[in-house]
Amino acid sequence: MSERTIKVDYLARVEGEGALHLTWKDGKVDELALSIFEPPRFFEAFLRGREAIEAPDVTARICGICPVAYQMSACAAVEQAFGVELPEPLHQLRRLLYCGEWIESHVLHIAMLHAPDFFGMPDAMTLARSHKDEVVAALAAKKAGNAIVNMLGGREIHPINVKVGGFWRLPRPEEVDALRTELLAARPKLEAVVRWTGTFDFPELQRDQPFMALCPGDVYPFIEGPVRSTVGHCFEAADWRDHVVEEHVERSNALHARLDGGLYQVGPLARFALNFDQLPANLQQLAVDIGAAPPVRNPFRSILVRGIESLYAMDEALRILDTLDPATLRGEPAVSFTPRAGVGHGVSEAPRGVLYHRYEVDDDGLIVDADIVPPTAQNQLAIEADLWALADDLWQLDQETATLRAEQAIRNYDPCISCATHFLTLTKEAR
Amino acid sequence: MSRPRLGVFKFASCDGCQLTLLDCEDELLAIADAVDIANFPEASRRMEPGPYDVALVEGSITTPHDAERIQAIRAESAVLVTIGACATAGGIQALRNYADLDEYIAQVYATPGYIDSLATSTPIAAHVKVDLELRGCPIDKGQLLELLTALLHGRRPVLPTHSVCTDCKLAGNVCVTVARGEPCLGPVTHSGCGALCPGYHRGCFGCYGPRRNPNAPAMSEVLRSTGTTGEALQRAWQGFTTADPIFEAEVKRLQQESE
Repeated sequence: MSERTIKVDYLARVEGEGALHLTWKDGKVDELALSIFEPPRFFEAFLRGREAIEAPDVTARICGICPVAYQMSACAAVEQAFGVELPEPLHQLRRLLYCGEWIESHVLHIAMLHAPDFFGMPDAMTLARSHKDEVVAALAAKKAGNAIVNMLGGREIHPINVKVGGFWRLPRPEEVDALRTELLAARPKLEAVVRWTGTFDFPELQRDQPFMALCPGDVYPFIEGPVRSTVGHCFEAADWRDHVVEEHVERSNALHARLDGGLYQVGPLARFALNFDQLPANLQQLAVDIGAAPPVRNPFRSILVRGIESLYAMDEALRILDTLDPATLRGEPAVSFTPRAGVGHGVSEAPRGVLYHRYEVDDDGLIVDADIVPPTAQNQLAIEADLWALADDLWQLDQETATLRAEQAIRNYDPCISCATHFLTLTKEAR
Repeated sequence: MSRPRLGVFKFASCDGCQLTLLDCEDELLAIADAVDIANFPEASRRMEPGPYDVALVEGSITTPHDAERIQAIRAESAVLVTIGACATAGGIQALRNYADLDEYIAQVYATPGYIDSLATSTPIAAHVKVDLELRGCPIDKGQLLELLTALLHGRRPVLPTHSVCTDCKLAGNVCVTVARGEPCLGPVTHSGCGALCPGYHRGCFGCYGPRRNPNAPAMSEVLRSTGTTGEALQRAWQGFTTADPIFEAEVKRLQQESE
């Protein structure tokens, strides 16, 4: 047999609609394409003429799995345009909200979208028949993440409590206490799930593409810059477009991003490699114990890093709750400001990687131009590069195993196709 | 009796409403026991063909291919339920209905020829018969569980059609319009969220779409009294359920009024 095709018409256990096509001729890869047929929704176009203060709520609708990321990057960009500085206590509360989203999104991926691949099972419901304790523990941990978003955001999906300048209402002391109790109960369950993933068998793959992530140098990043890479980049959000360029290709409704012309990777592995020193010692040790010593260069082990990051988010959430000054909760929920003309750039670390927003705003506070670069658009080339690197191994496997392995390699990135499609760049020709 | 077969289908959307099913952390495994989840690509590789006893449909119709796909899903589904603002009212992406699509595509994509998209984003009900709908952007978890429980027991789900304003009174919230001067669509918006935004000192922005028999022009007058006028008043109706006929009609009325 010298010709062969792996065709996945509808990728399962990813967010959004995508397909994979991989063809060999004479034993060599002839065609490899991750195509995205998720219908485009044109956010950047209809944001024009809307009020800049609407951007956090509107762009949240790009993704139901990581709406907080959109709200955080949008707020950062609009606040920069309006010259709004967030006081430290409100900044900490935004980190707290983000902790909730990381836990909810990461644990969803770990237990429900990715773990079934390691057992050759179709889904987490099937996995629960043989590994009920682990799946139930994961669901409890995920629920705790959602509890953070629920408490501070009002609801788990598309939270309503975030606004430019801060929040609409600050939590009540009894809400804070109830959340702390729930997190403390979920913490050991989450650790058990993370240790369980350390026992999985990981396919071999070594990659060397550059990593890019936020890297403030004094804390593990959620909403703190600058952007750094493992090949020497260091730039602020405002300089994003000097380095990251997107191109439109026929097979995809999502743009493909390059970093100074080359492929690169964002997400947990990138954050982990660039910010490992900022993790507390106990989590650094746990990472090493479960087989995730940095840098993790085998994408199949990304599930371990998501676990460590989930534990970090849980501990960081507890730290923020424990150090919350009661006076903060009695104070103003937001900074007041007057909209003004300007340009603002915002970056934050979505669960899947760094998310960039840029808004140009007019005198009336209306958006003139919007630009959004989601993590999955940035990772698309890296995913394809991984599949190229795996192609020889896949060739050796039977059809079903090869198809599963190829899908698993895509799911290593927890791709959010809904995001990737809805964040396309505005071209200058349009004006 | 064999378990009812459930299909979950996605059109143009953010995935948040189907995620609500996976966010039922305490109930998910029980649901998977009671129902045969035959087709739910976001959660499972097992994608079995119809017929389905219940289809949950998320998202709006925005491409020629999807306009055909929804017909096929309808044909093989006994009960078709639309979930969320995209499926019930076109979603935020229905803002394209007010614009020139070719201009939109050129604004977002460098090579517009690759894009295959309809000029409008329309609700599922504009294409096929819909048996039940869950409102909201996103839907409410409690309402989803009520729907599934009711269908399993062969009864109609209890989904109140009164206003957010009524829920707010029941919750004992202080009125954000009266006390804070916040514009609030609560009087015309469909119940389901538990009057969430006013509970956070914020005006309702109508993400559940219109309640039964709303008085939209009277609502516009109240919004004007909070200082929401001109194009801002039109934008207040052009949110996450903008393709709903009642909201759309109010935008058109305001546009004519300003001409």
